[in-house]
Amino acid sequence: MPDDVGRRPLLRIVGLHKRFGTLEVLRGVDLQVLAGEKLSIIGPSGSGKTTLLRCINWLERPSDGEILIDDQPIGETRSGDRRVEMRDVELARMRARIGMVFQRFNLFPHLTALDNVAIGPIKVLRQPKQEARREARALLDKVGLAHKCDVYPDMLSGGQQQRVAIARALAMQPTLMLFDEATSALDPELVGEVLTVIRGLAAEGMTMIIVTHEMQFAEDISDRVIFMDHGQIVEQGPPHQIFRAPAETRTREFLRAVIDRQVYAAETA
Amino acid sequence: MSGGPWERFAAQFPELLDTLLLGVEMTVIVTFGGFVVAMVLGMAGALLRNARMVPIRMLGTLYVDVFRSVPVLTQLFIIYFGLAELGVKLDPIPAAIIGFGINGGAYLTEVFRAGIEAIHRGQNEAALAIGMTRAQALRVIVLPQAVRVVLPPLGNFAIGLLKDTSVASSVAAPELSFRAHMLVDQTYLSTQIYLTVAALYLAMSLPLAYGVRKLERRMARGRLA
Repeated sequence: MPDDVGRRPLLRIVGLHKRFGTLEVLRGVDLQVLAGEKLSIIGPSGSGKTTLLRCINWLERPSDGEILIDDQPIGETRSGDRRVEMRDVELARMRARIGMVFQRFNLFPHLTALDNVAIGPIKVLRQPKQEARREARALLDKVGLAHKCDVYPDMLSGGQQQRVAIARALAMQPTLMLFDEATSALDPELVGEVLTVIRGLAAEGMTMIIVTHEMQFAEDISDRVIFMDHGQIVEQGPPHQIFRAPAETRTREFLRAVIDRQVYAAETA
Repeated sequence: MSGGPWERFAAQFPELLDTLLLGVEMTVIVTFGGFVVAMVLGMAGALLRNARMVPIRMLGTLYVDVFRSVPVLTQLFIIYFGLAELGVKLDPIPAAIIGFGINGGAYLTEVFRAGIEAIHRGQNEAALAIGMTRAQALRVIVLPQAVRVVLPPLGNFAIGLLKDTSVASSVAAPELSFRAHMLVDQTYLSTQIYLTVAALYLAMSLPLAYGVRKLERRMARGRLA
């Protein structure tokens, strides 16, 4: 795209493979994400979307291939054919710049909402506690939960927990946000509040990769949509193209199945 | 000797109790010392079993397998008599503390490992994702939650240890049971003396159980992931 000239790739994935035993979950994925870009990944379950996301911050160790953040390889460096594992501290430092939001929230149950958000800055960035808590309060306010600062996660709804989780990721001032089916575990009536927060972030220019089953949301928010199947990128392009005029049969079949289901759900709701 | 055993017991009770209380003191010392040693070894063992490198993990497994599979009495004999033959002469009390500590450490290694594993993998991942190192994730996120999980089995262990210290009488550690055997040999008041001993063990165990339960309630903040 011509308006991409001069925008640098924030994330570059080259020849990514991931095998679990004999099961090949990712079969050669190449991908570049520009700074400020909003990318959605759709596809049937088992297509490798989540694994791809988890490889980016090295929660999953790729079997082969390379992932570069700001031109810096994450997880391991290569000298010739040898792969040298990165030191734990360096890996942690790189992960700190990549925010991740999980399907199951994974809030820390022994900490209040405020401390869930502040713990990263306190422990990782070594910020003074007062300052970290002040900024955490502002972030909880931003996701509409200023009144829940002192509440433990088990007293929050799923939607509220996920918003705290987003604030927790933002507290590290990430350059890239990864959303792994952030609304899939939520009751339908709680999905909206989380999507609203993500939309707000997108409007601020945050670079984000979103794995989602919310097709309408993906269409609205993305600069680019990727359709994955069987561990490969089948098709990608601007949302109107993927959703309105997909080139590949597999994409069409998937969209028909999903959209039928969502229309059905809407009609019976 | 005059009167029945209960009259004799009543008459001698103050002296008997004095001797038994000396034993109580030693029982508390052995229990406490053994518990501290077992905690330290248990934590070290759990860290070994949680290590990334296979040989280190195997070291932890070996420790558990060996020391959990041999009766604590045998271990005490080896430490007390076996080491003496090698020229390391330990007093019965330190020998008992070391023996119970090593044996209990193997048991607690498994308790702590299970506690760490009970914490959902997502907790560790969330901690890593915000940039914590593996050690930080363990210390700041996983362990504080694991503590709540291991508290009940830890209480069990402490009470079990308190009772098991009676085994130390076999290496002549002058704890409660050892004193009781001696007194029975002297007075033949076995029923009376062992009932007293039972009451003394109860008096030590019950506050311990109560304390653990109170601690559990105090730490029951939030839900476990």
